Order: sequence, then C-alpha cells, then structure tokens
Amino acid sequence: MNGEAAAPMVGAPMVEAKALVKRFGDVEAVRGIDVQVRTGEAFGFLGPNGAGKSSTMRMIASTSPRSDGDLRVLGMDPDVDGPRIRARLGSVPQQDTLDTELTLRQNLQIYGRYFGMSRADVRRKATELMEFAQLSERADGLVDALSGGMKRRLTIARSLVNDPDLLLLDEPTTGLDPQARHMLWDRLFRLKAGGVTLIITSHYMDEVEQLCDRLVVMDDGRIVAEGSPSELIARYSTREVLELRFAPGEQGGIAARVAEFGERVEELPDRVLVYTGDGERALEQVHGRDVRPVSSLVRRSTLEDVFLRLTGRTLVD
Amino acid sequence: MANGGTASGGATGSGTTGTTGTTGTTGTTGTTGTTGATGATARVEIGSRSAGRVVGSWRAAWLRVEAHWTWYRRYWRSSLYSSGLQPVLFLAAMGLGFGSQVEAGPATGGLAYVHYVAPALLVAGAVQNAIGESSYPVLSGFKWQQDYYAVTATPVTAGQLLGGQIIWIVLRVGIACVVYTLVALLFGAWLNAGALLVVPIGVFAAVACGVPIMAVAATTYNEGERFAAIFRFLVMPMILFSGTFFPIEQIPAAVRWLAWISPVWHGTELARGVTLGGLGGWPALGHLAFLGVLAGFSAALARRYFYRRLVV
Ligand SMILES: Nc1ncnc2c1ncn2[C@@H]1O[C@H](COP(=O)(O)OP(=O)(O)OP(=O)(O)O)[C@@H](O)[C@H]1O
Ligand SMILES: [Mg+2]
Repeated sequence: MNGEAAAPMVGAPMVEAKALVKRFGDVEAVRGIDVQVRTGEAFGFLGPNGAGKSSTMRMIASTSPRSDGDLRVLGMDPDVDGPRIRARLGSVPQQDTLDTELTLRQNLQIYGRYFGMSRADVRRKATELMEFAQLSERADGLVDALSGGMKRRLTIARSLVNDPDLLLLDEPTTGLDPQARHMLWDRLFRLKAGGVTLIITSHYMDEVEQLCDRLVVMDDGRIVAEGSPSELIARYSTREVLELRFAPGEQGGIAARVAEFGERVEELPDRVLVYTGDGERALEQVHGRDVRPVSSLVRRSTLEDVFLRLTGRTLVD
Repeated sequence: MANGGTASGGATGSGTTGTTGTTGTTGTTGTTGTTGATGATARVEIGSRSAGRVVGSWRAAWLRVEAHWTWYRRYWRSSLYSSGLQPVLFLAAMGLGFGSQVEAGPATGGLAYVHYVAPALLVAGAVQNAIGESSYPVLSGFKWQQDYYAVTATPVTAGQLLGGQIIWIVLRVGIACVVYTLVALLFGAWLNAGALLVVPIGVFAAVACGVPIMAVAATTYNEGERFAAIFRFLVMPMILFSGTFFPIEQIPAAVRWLAWISPVWHGTELARGVTLGGLGGWPALGHLAFLGVLAGFSAALARRYFYRRLVV
C-alpha cells in the first residue's frame, strides 16, 4: 500500500449485475437482469408476487449463488468473496429469522459477534439498536412474546449491527402499523444521509416512491422499466388519473364511451381509470356524456399506474 | 499492489482492520493479492465504514458455541432429565438393583454387574444425548426457527455453522459424561483410573452417532415420522443389542453382525477395555478406526447437505 488516504469512491457501483439469472430446477425466477446500484443511493425493486425480487436480493446478499450472468457486490464477486461481502452488508430477509427462545438483547449481541465484533461493542450496539427500534422496554424479554411488527423491527435493527455499507431490505414494512412504517422510513432516510446504500423491495408503491431515488419494475423475472419514480410516472403515465366507480353491473361498455376523454383508459374489475393531464376537465366531459358513476376521484399518477400500464395488472389488490 | 493490474480500490477502506484465522482473507485495508481474486477478475473493493469483518473458521465455529451456550444457560433444566438424570437412574436400577441378582461370571469377566454395565451405560447415554441434540434441534434451525439462515447471512459459512454444532455437542455430551462419571464414582462403579478415559470415548462414540443424524436432519423437509422411526427402530435396538447389558456373544450368530456395525458396540468395547481391561491393541485400534471413519464420513456428508440446504 502506498499509504495515501483515498477519498470514498462516490458513484462507483455498489452492485452491478449483468444478465443475472437464478434458476430453481425448472423454474427461472430471475431471467437475465441488468442492474446497477450506485454508492449512496436508495434503490428499489417493485413487482408483484413471484416477480423474482427476493431471489435477486438473496443473490446480492451473497447467500444464494447465481445460476448465470455476472454479479459484483461492493466490487467483489459473491462466489469468491461471499464472507467478505456479507461482513459489510445488512440484510433484512423477507421472513424474520430470529431466535425466538432468546431475548431481544441476546439476539442482537449474538448476531453482532458473527461479524467479528467484540463483546463490549455488541453490548453497546444492542442497547443502541433497541432504542432505535423502540424496543428498549422489551430488551430482556423473549422474542417469542413480541408481536409480528415488533419482530420485524427487531430484524431490521439486527441488520444494522455491523454498521453496514449496503443495507438490503426485503419487504421491510410488511406487518408494520402506519406509525412504525413512517418511523422506519425516517430511520432509513437518516441512514442514507449517513452514506449507507439502500436496496428495498416492496409491494407498496408509496413506500418506493418515498424512499427510492431509482427503481426497477420487475415482472416475471424480468425488468420491465427503470428510472426514478417521477421519470417513470412521466414516461408511462399521465399527470392525473380520473377514477370512476359504478354500481355493480353498470360498468359494462363505459370504458369505450369515455375513451376519448383521456390519453388512455384502463378497466379494472371495480373501476374505470381515465389517464389524462386534467382530471377535473375529463370528469366534466364524462358527466356531459351522461355517464353517471356512483363515485369519482381525481388523483395524481403513482407507480401503481406505471405498473398497470407495463404489466396490465395491478400490484396490490 | 501485489496483484498485477488490479486497481487499489481497497485503499479506501478505513474502518475495517485485518482479519485473522484460516479463511485466508485479508482485511479491507490489506492488499487484495493473495485471496480468491485472480488477475482475470480485477477486484476493486469499495471503501468501507462497516464494523463487520470476516472471522477465522475456528473462531466462527466457536461463536456458534457461544450462541448455544447462551441458549443453554437459560434452558439447561429442561434437558436435565434426558441427558443427566436418565443414565444415572439406569445405573442405579440396572447396575445396583438388577445387578445385585446377577452373579459374577465369565460373561461379566468375573466382575460385579455394576462394574460391567457402568462404562457401557455412559456410552449409551452419551449416544442418545448426541442423537437427540442432532435431530429436532438441527431441523429447527432449518425449518422452524430458521436461525441457520440468519447465521449464513453473516460472514459465518454453512460449514462453520456445522462445525460449531459438532463442537457444541462434544461439550454438552462431555459435561453430561463427567457428571455421570462422578455419580458413578459415588456408586462405587469404577474399578480404576481408567474411568477417566471413558469420558472421551463416550464423547467420541456420541459424535460418531450424532453427526449422521445431523446429515439426516439437513435433508429432512417434512419431519413426519422420520426421527420417531429412527429413535424406535434404530437407536433403541442399537442400545439394547450392542453389548450394553449383555455380551453380544449371546446374540444368535446369524444376526450378530448387526452388533458389529453398531457404533454403540464399538464405543462400549472401548469403554470396557479401558476400565475392565482385556482389550487388545489391535481390536482397540479397529474400534477407534470404525468410529473415526463413521464420524469423518458423515461429517463430510453433513457438510454437503448443510450447504445444499442453506446456500440455495
Ligand atoms: N428456494 C426456492 N425453491 C424453488 N423455487 C423458488 C425458491 N425461491 C423462490 N422460488 C420461485 O422463484 C420465483 C420468484 O420468487 P421470489 O421469492 O423471488 O419472488 P418475489 O418477487 O420475492 O415474490 P413476493 O413478492 O411474493 O415475495 C417464484 O416462482 C418462486 O416460487
Ligand atoms: Mg419476496
């Protein structure tokens, strides 16, 4: 080493996947995706059940070997340097894998030790993280006695024990109440401000919109779109959406009748969506055509609309 | 940089110090020269602020032992009966009670029955203890608690996890064997200081029997009746017909080979050999080799199955 103090490599890819494939027997869960996650950014994987989000996350977490293609995490190859990569990752798997027969504190301390941390360090860190997860009063109780959301919070706290450079969160907010969700978002923002790179999967488009600088939409093992939330909305949707709901059985034929009032119309089982730059105006025109919905709503486009456009399906039913 | 043409991206590391141990990794601040990165795949490791580092293999296994110990400190009472009390009760009932009705004869080497049965009961107890610890508790790590998946998401590998599990069983069975030996001493069951060697022999036999069960656990997805069947149709007969209570010469010759392939018999022969004498050097070596091969072979198998289950 020449001893020069090097600056952190801002913008160097934390994760770089090329034609990445994951197969389970005959099932191809990930079918050749290209992804680049830059240092310091918050990156999202959005997609429906079975899209291959978790399979991708596990490959990045270096717990699941790739079947094909190329992958670099923190500049290293998981097949060669798995332990070295994992030493610097935080990972929140989709399923909590806590030791329910131990206390919260013991869970955090034992986990921290696997990262080569000293007893004193893990003790201090455990206390700090239980504070972070607002579980301090339960610190010395058994994990078994926690509610589902509390377990989730503990799993998230556990992932931070080694001060990770890259934090992988697979549906972190599943099972959290709205308050805990917002608390977590706040914490994630702060981690990001502290230089931690985040990769998040979610079914919740609001979550991804809030948290992620950039995201990919996955469907059936492939990436169907990539960009920032606002870019994707601008590219694949209109500024506003008019939602029309009808009494049961009265929706038939409506889509065709209102089609001319928007750039695009989608018919869902329970409503008709009119994509337009000006929702109020479209609504007036709809009324002018003597179409009488039982209720109507004008809202901004979201990633949900992007997803619908790209896959023809809704993300959350 | 040692590694021709590799950019010195590792230089940006600050928080991580060098690692020790047998995995052959260097710290983030070290050069990338000696590890898996070949000249073909230039590794440009990105700078780190993480406190995490890779620990050596033995250390990693030992950290698993620490975790087991944390659990054990809380729950040791629940296993007190099966691992501690049961062999002692057997010794009291069979050695002292039943044994008082048994005349010393050629079958017992001319010794009181309690002396004959005490070393064998230690081996039998150790084996049962190890098999118990290698079955449901290991399956739980994969299936119910799934904490094995949490461990292998850290720098600790599946092989180190298995190593820790085996070391833990050695310690746990070892403690139980020592306790048994002391109680048996109060019963006057030992003839000489050879009893001291019975403990490592019991542990050795226990590992040789436990590790294959770990391999079975790693390939068990639906617990069903598998372990129950193993306990009933493999472990119990093995304990009963491996010379624990009577010499295997009493078993009809046609099925006696079943005792010869039983690890419990090999352990029992060794345990009797060191306390009661009468075991030649070559047979002793043969028994040790049998147990060693069984332990080694099943450890390799278990390792493969652990990886297959945890790294998917
Ligand atoms: N261990 C496994 N063995 C076999 N098939 C698997 C395994 N893990 C995932 N799959 C399959 O791979 C596909 C993608 O699954 P994956 O868990 O990656 O999806 P996901 O996008 O995370 O879905 P969800 O939103 O439901 O979590 C599915 O068809 C799933 O059945
Ligand atoms: Mg998933």
